[in-house]
Amino acid sequence: MKAKLLSAAFGAALSVTAVNASAATLDDVKSKGFIQCGVSQGLPGFSQPDSSGNWSGLDVDVCRAVAAAVFGDAGKVKYTPLSAKERFTALSSGEIDILSRNTTWTATRDTQLGLNFAGVNYYDGQGFMVRKELGVSSALELSGASVCTQTGTTTEINATDYFTVNKMEYELVAFEKNDEVVAAYDSGRCEVLTSDASQLYSLRLKLTDPNVHVVLPEIISKEPLGPVVRQGDDQWFNIVRWSFSAMVNAEELGVTSENVDEMKKSENPGIKRLLGVEGNFGEGLGIPNEWAYNIVKHVGNYGESFDKHVGPETSLGIARGVNALWSKGGVMYAPPIR
Amino acid sequence: MTVDTDGVNAVDQMEKGPQKTAFFNNPKIRSSVIQVLLIGILIYGVWSLISNTAANLSAQSKSFGFGFLDNASGFDVSQSLIEYSRASSFWTVYQVGLLNTLLVAITGIILATLVGFSIGIARLSSNWIVSRAAYWYVEALRNIPLLLWIFIFYFGVLRLLPSKREPLGTSLDGALGYLSIGGWIAPKPVAGDMLWLTGLAVLFGIVASFIVSSWAKKRQMRTGQQFPTLYVILGLIIGLPAALFIVTGLPLSFEYPEIGRFGARGGMPVLPEFIALLTALSIYTSAFIAEIVRAGILAINKGQTEASHALGLRPGPTLNLVIIPQALRVIIPPLTNQFLNLTKNSSLAVAIAYPELVSIFAGTALNQSGREVEIIMITMATYLTLSLLTSTFMNWYNNRMALIER
Ligand SMILES: N[C@@H](CCC(=O)N[C@@H](CS)C(=O)NCC(=O)O)C(=O)O
Repeated sequence: MKAKLLSAAFGAALSVTAVNASAATLDDVKSKGFIQCGVSQGLPGFSQPDSSGNWSGLDVDVCRAVAAAVFGDAGKVKYTPLSAKERFTALSSGEIDILSRNTTWTATRDTQLGLNFAGVNYYDGQGFMVRKELGVSSALELSGASVCTQTGTTTEINATDYFTVNKMEYELVAFEKNDEVVAAYDSGRCEVLTSDASQLYSLRLKLTDPNVHVVLPEIISKEPLGPVVRQGDDQWFNIVRWSFSAMVNAEELGVTSENVDEMKKSENPGIKRLLGVEGNFGEGLGIPNEWAYNIVKHVGNYGESFDKHVGPETSLGIARGVNALWSKGGVMYAPPIR
Repeated sequence: MTVDTDGVNAVDQMEKGPQKTAFFNNPKIRSSVIQVLLIGILIYGVWSLISNTAANLSAQSKSFGFGFLDNASGFDVSQSLIEYSRASSFWTVYQVGLLNTLLVAITGIILATLVGFSIGIARLSSNWIVSRAAYWYVEALRNIPLLLWIFIFYFGVLRLLPSKREPLGTSLDGALGYLSIGGWIAPKPVAGDMLWLTGLAVLFGIVASFIVSSWAKKRQMRTGQQFPTLYVILGLIIGLPAALFIVTGLPLSFEYPEIGRFGARGGMPVLPEFIALLTALSIYTSAFIAEIVRAGILAINKGQTEASHALGLRPGPTLNLVIIPQALRVIIPPLTNQFLNLTKNSSLAVAIAYPELVSIFAGTALNQSGREVEIIMITMATYLTLSLLTSTFMNWYNNRMALIER
């Protein structure tokens, strides 16, 4: 009896000492000296480690930008690979400071999970991939198919909606880990693999023979992907939002990692404000005034990041499309630094 | 500690009677103080657990409550024993998950027990090959982690099956269904109008069997006469329903699957995820059960066997009437543990997309609704209840099996 009581009390006491998800993330981050960034478990172009464990990708660059803004050093980031299912719990429990893991901004997530989306760094939509030999040319021919996907995603819900609306029968096979989804599709357990379209191209690279698969033309959903922070810490939210906005503004103003030092001498007031030559936007954010200069210098502008990780020159070969700047026919648009 | 070197002093003390102990050395006071302290710590622990959770929830402006269980889930699951669609509530998701857990746990327990008992007895066989084979079975199985077995069956063994579009079973035109990488698409039994009569007969047969066997036992105790209980029970449970089934005109038909564009459709699909999980769980657990059975039998003194042989019992009845009933007392408690393990281990199914409780309720539903605290509480309570129910049942069974002194 005593032993039982004791262990119960002990267990309870332990859980009391568990971290209290703190409101002042900036102070936390400053005192530990790095940013803990939640990423995927390996998604080429978005967040993927190389053989020596260095992460890179479009999503990784958001975290690096924040680190550059706060510390002046884009390397001060530690990464936590998360499955789709684990990601929100990891963020709300305080395990990570930013979630930058191809996460779709939805009303439920924004309003019911205690989270805030700090922007959109990639406009995506959901697509389907099938084997060429099936001779399927439209998603509307998929009645009766088995569909493999990852659990805890919007993908799962969209697929359910799509098949229900189009009155098609199907079987949804949802795995926890992406590698299992790919393995199951590859072995023929499912005829269809569905995910965000950008990812279909990178997932295809993981298949035994990428050439025997096609991506179907239908895009069945809107997937605005962006970085996420905990609700209730406006300062941190602002830092993440403006760090990303700075990358987009830099592209718009033609400031790149290469010319940023020259640009400091620019007469353009927009550039002056961006690079901290004029005004003190850093103060309002609680970080150094060269925050945006550091971002562009160490990480690059949005266009640079895009081209480097997912653009036409990479193995993913994704065109800018809707992710082009608003001034170039896309929807990428950041509020001005003014 | 001081050592008393003064003999006189000791004698003195003996004459005065036991010295009055300091109050903090009084065992009674001591133990109640400790109790009070512990209860205090416990209450503080529980209170801080609750207030900590509440503070964290409110810091994230989240509420606590179970109302969300009525909301539509929005996602589909691949196997459901009850009516389910995307419009069903999270509560239905819970039921679907629980039923899927129970399905794999119960079938797993039955299989593991059957295989485990056979292997355990085989290990004690006097036939060298049989006992060696059983030994290797046990060693190979229990020394590889279960998750690995699940992967071996799912991504290894099942992958050897033909593709969905060219399944096994086409030569029989699907009379036994089709087997492929997409699982076993079995013929689906469809109940006819009068089938309930047969069902009723089975139920009646079971109840009647209990009555007959307890009557037969009592009679044997009293008079020593044996009664052919087994045949009567078989007659009651199988014969009677079978007869009714035939008389009512075979009220059962099958819906056969057909091969479509994406493989076999219709019929009753048995998911490959289910097959892999069930196989892995039951053979893995059977290795442990085999060892328990072996230990249980070995615990029975060899003299028992010799004595019953001396009484003229053949090896079969010796095992059934003398050894097993005694061995069961040793076997049942650890067997209960294995049953509990198997049930809890079924949650490893997340890895291969079998939609059980942890996977779809504590996984998908949690993620889609964001109700971590509530859902984990419900899930924990569910597993606790399952475990308690299993042990209650096994304790009851164990008590029944206990030696009754006459
Ligand atoms: N954007 C969707 C899907 C995100 C997602 O997790 N997609 C999967 C593929 S369907 C993925 O990226 N997996 C990578 C990983 O688990 O590492 C969401 O936010 O729910």
